[in-house]
This record gives sequence, structure tokens and C-alpha cells, in this order.
Amino acid sequence: MKINVNDRVHEVTASGDTPLLWVLRDHLHLTGTKYGCGSGLCGACTVHVNGVPVRSCLLPIDQVNDQQVTTIEHLADADGSLSPVQMAWLEADVAQCGYCQSGQIMAAEALLKTNPDPSDEEIDTAMQGHVCRCGTYERIREAIHIAAKQTNSSGGAV
Amino acid sequence: MNTLTRRHFIRSSSMGAGALLVGFQLPALGDSPKSLERLEGAAESLMTDAFLRINPDNTTTILMNHAEFGNGAYTSLAMMIAEELPLDWDTIRIEAAPTEKQYYSPLFGEYLTAGSVSTASSLIPMRTAGAKTRALLIAAAAKAFDVEESTLTASQSRVAAADGRSLTFAELVPVIHAFKLEPPATVSLKPASAFDVLGKPTRRIEGRDKVTGAAQFGIDVKRPNMLYGSIQRPPIFKGRVKTFDGSRALEIKGVVKVKAIDAGVVALAEDYWTAQKAARLIDVTWDTGDGDRWSTEGFFSEYRALSNEPGMLAEDIGDAERTLAQHPDAIEAVYELPYLAHATMEPMNCTAEVHQDRCDIWVGTQYQSNDRTLAAKTLGMDESQVTIHRTLMGGTFGRRASKTADFVVEAVQAAMGETRPVQIIWSREEDIQQGGHYRPLFVHRLKGCVDEEGFPLAWHQRAVGQSIMQNTKHDPAYMVRGMDIYSLDGCLQAPFGVFPYGTSYQIPHHRIESHNPPKVGVYPHEWRAVGHTHTGIAYECFLDELAHLGDKDPLDLRLHLTKGHERMHALLTTLRQVSGWDEPMGPQRGRGVASRIYSVSPIANTVEVTVSDDGQYTVDRIVCVIDCGFAVNPLGIESQIHGGIMLGLNAAAMGVIDIEEGRVLQSNFHDYVPLRFHQMPKVEVHIMPSDAPSTGVGEQASTAIGPALANAIFDATGQRVRQFPLSRQGFTLKG
Repeated sequence: MKINVNDRVHEVTASGDTPLLWVLRDHLHLTGTKYGCGSGLCGACTVHVNGVPVRSCLLPIDQVNDQQVTTIEHLADADGSLSPVQMAWLEADVAQCGYCQSGQIMAAEALLKTNPDPSDEEIDTAMQGHVCRCGTYERIREAIHIAAKQTNSSGGAV
Repeated sequence: MNTLTRRHFIRSSSMGAGALLVGFQLPALGDSPKSLERLEGAAESLMTDAFLRINPDNTTTILMNHAEFGNGAYTSLAMMIAEELPLDWDTIRIEAAPTEKQYYSPLFGEYLTAGSVSTASSLIPMRTAGAKTRALLIAAAAKAFDVEESTLTASQSRVAAADGRSLTFAELVPVIHAFKLEPPATVSLKPASAFDVLGKPTRRIEGRDKVTGAAQFGIDVKRPNMLYGSIQRPPIFKGRVKTFDGSRALEIKGVVKVKAIDAGVVALAEDYWTAQKAARLIDVTWDTGDGDRWSTEGFFSEYRALSNEPGMLAEDIGDAERTLAQHPDAIEAVYELPYLAHATMEPMNCTAEVHQDRCDIWVGTQYQSNDRTLAAKTLGMDESQVTIHRTLMGGTFGRRASKTADFVVEAVQAAMGETRPVQIIWSREEDIQQGGHYRPLFVHRLKGCVDEEGFPLAWHQRAVGQSIMQNTKHDPAYMVRGMDIYSLDGCLQAPFGVFPYGTSYQIPHHRIESHNPPKVGVYPHEWRAVGHTHTGIAYECFLDELAHLGDKDPLDLRLHLTKGHERMHALLTTLRQVSGWDEPMGPQRGRGVASRIYSVSPIANTVEVTVSDDGQYTVDRIVCVIDCGFAVNPLGIESQIHGGIMLGLNAAAMGVIDIEEGRVLQSNFHDYVPLRFHQMPKVEVHIMPSDAPSTGVGEQASTAIGPALANAIFDATGQRVRQFPLSRQGFTLKG
């Protein structure tokens, strides 16, 4: 079957019940999207499907159809320049082990599209499905504020 | 491509900006092929030291002999090099050092990242490596420019002469070869007053890869033609396969093989999803031995009973038993701490490629010398035939320092007999439910009394729980007179075994006993801060009980007891100030404190809570002060405090693994519940200014948070929780 990932159409041979997560990781070798729980409980596998954050561990590949899938690998420009959210993540030095951060960043990108200047409380609500075991929540909040400020002051979209 | 010959070097250098090589002559080398050969390779990468390689593109590779799992070791170690060898920070490349003796931890004598000692044990070796390389490059530049060494300056991966001429480190490599320069045998290191890098808040060196998805964790390893494996594991720990039928699994398209290994029955397939589906369809008959005898309730009642029996004596200062007998107002309490899983975000995994005469293994591991030894044993190979390629790790909290190398050995077994590489990945359910490596369950029985002034006079504690180190290779170092020193972490006033420090408190009569009951059921394992994860709660909560008994403020009490411990006393004095300890709390609010020493670093924290009548509570504020000696990377230290606090808070609030008839009840994040965003308040971190030798920061913050939380709940409600987690005692962290 065909799926559209990061603005490219890929031909994939996998059984229809294979979650998008494993198609991305094992078939397309896009390993930035992580396996954490397989049950939609931790958010490590979050990707965008038509711009909306989705748990790729729960989405069977035969339901993706021609929707646009975007992964962490596609946030930076082709020249390697990072998105404002990625930049903010570096500025706030968010990552520790880093394993959950792809999912956290994908969620933050989506949050800022719908709420360009979220409060701490709004961040907590939007991000509550995303687990980090290293203790980075505080710096994630900080990074989202930095990205919001950056985006709003430059007048650009995230 | 990057091989510069001598001629090429001179030409390319002369063509560089300003053609600065006037007067530079290569020495006469003779015509021996050896010399020529050396010169031909001159501008290739140069290992100036075991830890450093200068590359032709003027990047510098640092070979890291400590693992990176969020601990910040890669950043700290790079800072140490860069302090002595002025590098362009952006051109530093990181490589995991191979499993060779020269890279073993000087402290452990093994290739092991553990015990919160990476920074402390690396400062001298890494700085020395940097300083020797700097001296070598300066010597080379002095030859190249024909000037005195003292007139040269190194910065940003270049050496410059006073007249403005400069060469990159890479350009100096051929000069080093040509003059057969060697690094000096000894070097002097910079004084702390001249530090440019150490002590400055420094962002994570591998940070960029962790925001782009490029970071390579073990689970991300892809080898050509690789198979994915999923294991059906025994329902009861240590169960063995009796018989199995893989025919249903093999019917699934993409399944290549089903076979038994020691860990269970593995399904190998073209992708992990298929392997996982297949593994669940294997029909297995298990030999579970007497494994279904074990339950957490059974352990608790057995250990509770044992805590009434005299144990092995670890410490007996004064006469605690007699003093307690003479004080009818003495109190007694039993604290119970459950099993805890590590639940690293990246589940265990390992990739193995077995060839006729060698084996390559890709794995995120804290303990690669042991992994290699046990992999070689499994393979029937010499250790030299086994190569461990260490990757980044998505967390570990101790899990990835496996004394049995469990997740490595099983991957090797799965790959043996296969012509294709095999990657084994654990599901989250396997990780929580079937891994069997847990922080051991503990029962602590404590008795205490106070003197006429209300200060603790006598203390008698019995710790009952399975040993982590007994009957392992660490037995000789960590077992003292039959006692696992980890079981008693931070309970003794005097140093014990290899631990050079005790608690910071002085109580006149102090008796500590230990029971290490048989290691049955699970695999007791290190969990961030090890023994302190239970001793901290027992000791610090009971100390709070004595404060209450003697009508003392809990922080006053600790200040009194630490008069003989200058660092802890100063730290607690600071904590009193920065936490606003003396400000009154409103209704339904409470504040608790605890302090511990782990890996030489004193740490203390306060916790403020608001508790509703129904027992639901919020954690409103956490203030933490640490004294880790000279703070190498304050930004990294803050991260480690955040992490330790969160893990410890999570455990005390809701962390529990239950076993019934040998089976673990929890299985995923819905019932082994991680702390979420809105449950985690801002943590205020204060680092005591210090020029003392640097000590650990990685595990310390997990030690004092749990008891401070329970003490805060008591302060707010008057209810003393002695069985953990709090969620089992009617106190629910809102969320």
C-alpha cells in the first residue's frame, strides 16, 4: 500500500493491522518516532496526521490512506535549520535521555498551532498524555513559552 | 579523501590564508619506508590520547568511557576536555569508547557507569587527556612557527602565534608526526580560578540530535537484513520452557522462525509488529517450579515477622536497647516499601549479529564489560571476539546495569544459528510485568526515644529485605559480615564497607540490624539511589516521628543532629532560608523536610502540599539544596535534581509492583502510573557554592523527596503514612 510521509509517497508492504509506528520505524527507518507503551498511554509515538497529533502506535496502517503523515524528522528545513519549537527545546536544554522528546515536540508543535500563547495550565492540559520519566516537564513548559514568544514576535507561524 | 601527504600538507597549508608557513621546515626523515609510511598517513586522524582523536576536518572526537542516558555524562566529560584543550565546542564529535581496559572506570575497575560517580572519577583523567594534547599541539606549533612555546595561544581548535599566524589542530597533526612529538609524561592542570568551561552552565552536547529524531538509541539500530524478535516470557519469573508449539505463530506472514531460548520462546520476523503478534500466538507449556508461591503480601508478612527477630548487627553505638527499655515513652513503627519497576521510556532491547568467529552487539548499556563477558560465555567465544557498540539510552535508572546481562544474553541466544542479525525489543508489558528486576521490597522496624530536651536519644532499626549484591560478582565488595551494605544505605552513623560515609546525624545510642532473607521470586536490582529509596523513607519519616514526640520542629531537629557535620549543617541552614521554612502555612497545607547523603553529596529538600478532606492532594512547591562540591555543570546538575525528584516523588506517591501467585499485576502505564505534567511542580534547585572536590548528582535527589512528601502529608493532616505508596493509604496526588 501507499502512504504519504513527510511529503513523500512510500510504497509499503506490511499487514494492514500494522500500527503506523512500526511502519515508520521498521519499514521506512524513520526511527525518530518512538515506541513507549503500544497502548496510547505515553505519547512517545506522536506524529501529525493531516496536522493533528496522533498516537501512531494505535493507528493501523490500513486506516492512514492518503492522509499526510509528518514525523519529527520533517520539522527541520531541508537545510537543517530547526523549527522554532526545536530551537526553543535547545535553548531551554530540555532533553535528558531524550527518548520521549520527539513525541513531546510533536505535541508542542500542534499545541502552538491552535493556541499560540498557552498558559502553564493550558500546557499541562495539552501535554498531560505525554510521559517523561527524566523530569523534563518544567523545561518543556519553559521551551513552549520560548517558542510561543519567538513565533509571536516574529509574526510567523510555527 | 582526507589523507594529506607531506607535500600536499605543505601546499595546502601554504595556500591557506596568508601563506603563514614561512620558515617551517620538516626535519630530515631518512628514507626508511617506515618513516615515509608514517608521513603518508600523517594527516589522517590522530589519537593523541586514549580519549581524544583529532580529525582531518579539524573536528575532535572524544571517546566517552561513561554512558549517556540522560545523566549528562557526555556533556560533563566534554567540558573537562575542553577546559584544558580549547576546542571549538561545535566541532566536538562523540564516540562510545570500546570495551578495553584503559576505558574501565578507575573507581570500579569495570566498564560501568553507575553510582553517580562519572563526573567525580573523570575529572582528572579527562582533564589530563586534554592538557597533554594541548601541550603536544603547542609543541608542534612551536616547531611549525619556530617560536617559543610560551608565545603561543590555543583557542577554538587552533594554535596562534603572537604575530597572527595560526594553524588548526588538524594542520598540526602532520607536524607532530614529522617531528615525532609525543605528549608530555606529566602536565599541570589549570587552577580553578582560570576555568573557562568548568562551572559554566552548559547545554547538552548531544541536544540537537535529541530534537531532530536523529539520536540513536539501541532500539533505533538498523542492520542490513535484520530480523526483529519478540519473546514470550514465562508468566512467573525464572520459569522455563517445557514444550512449545509455534505453528500458529509461523502461519503469520513475515514470521521467519520460532525457537526456545533461556528467556522464553522467541518469534523472529521481518518487522517488530509481526514478531510481537507471533510471540503471543506461541503455545508454551512452562515449568514454573515453585514460582507461584511468591506474593508481595507473603513477603510483607514474612519480613514483618522477621523484623521482630534480632538481625545481623551492622552498628551498635552506645546502648540503644537498654536506653529504649528505660524509656517507657519510646515509640515503635514499621515502614513498608513495595517493589518498584524502573519503567524506562525506552524498553530494553539489544541487537546481535553473530558470525563464525565474532559477534557484534548494539545495545544501550551501563555495564558493557559485563555484557561482553557474558555474551562471550554464551557464544563460547573469547571476549576479544565480541564487540559492544554502545548507543544512547532512553533512560535506565539502574536497569541497564544488569549483572546477568539479561537483555544482551537473550539477544545473542536469539541470533545464534541465524545468518541474519536479530534485534530483540521488549514490550512495555514485558518491561513492567516480566522483567523481574525490581527495587526490592523492604520492611523497616524502628524504635526510638528522646532525651529530656526532646532530642533523639536512642535509635534501633532493623531493615528486612532481599540483598541486591549477595551471590553476584559484587558479593565480595558489597557484602559485609553477611550484610548487603545497600540494604542499609544511609542508616549507619559510621562508614560501612566500601561506603566512605554514613548518615550526617549523630544520635547517642544507635543500633542498626539487618536481615537479608533468601533471594527468591524476583531479581532484586539497583534503582536510582538504590538503598536510599527505602532507607530514606524509613529513616527520615521516623526521625519526623521523633521530632513530633520531642515537640521539635523537624528542621530544627536536623540542624541539631548535624552539628558535627559541617556541610550538611550549612546546607540545612541554607534550605531553611531559601524554602521559607519559618513562614506559616495555611489551613490544609503542610510542609515536610528530609536530608540524605548519597555518593558523598549531601542533599535536602522541602515539600509543600495542600491536602483536601478526601485525601486528594497537590504538591505545590519543592525546594532542593545540594552540595556536590565544585559544580561542574550547573545546568546539568539542575536537570539531574529535576529527574531524581520526579522519580522519587512518583514512587512515594503511587509507585508499586504487586505480585500474586508469582505474577505481577501491573503491566503498563495505566496501572504502573507515571507522574504527569500537572502533578509535577516547579522544583527550585540551589547548589551550594563550593571549591571542594566534585561529587555525585545523578541519584541524590531520589533519596529525600519521598520522606519529605510523607512528612508534609503528616504536617497537613496529622496522619502518618508508613506503608507506601501514599496512594494505597488514601492520599491521591491530584491528576
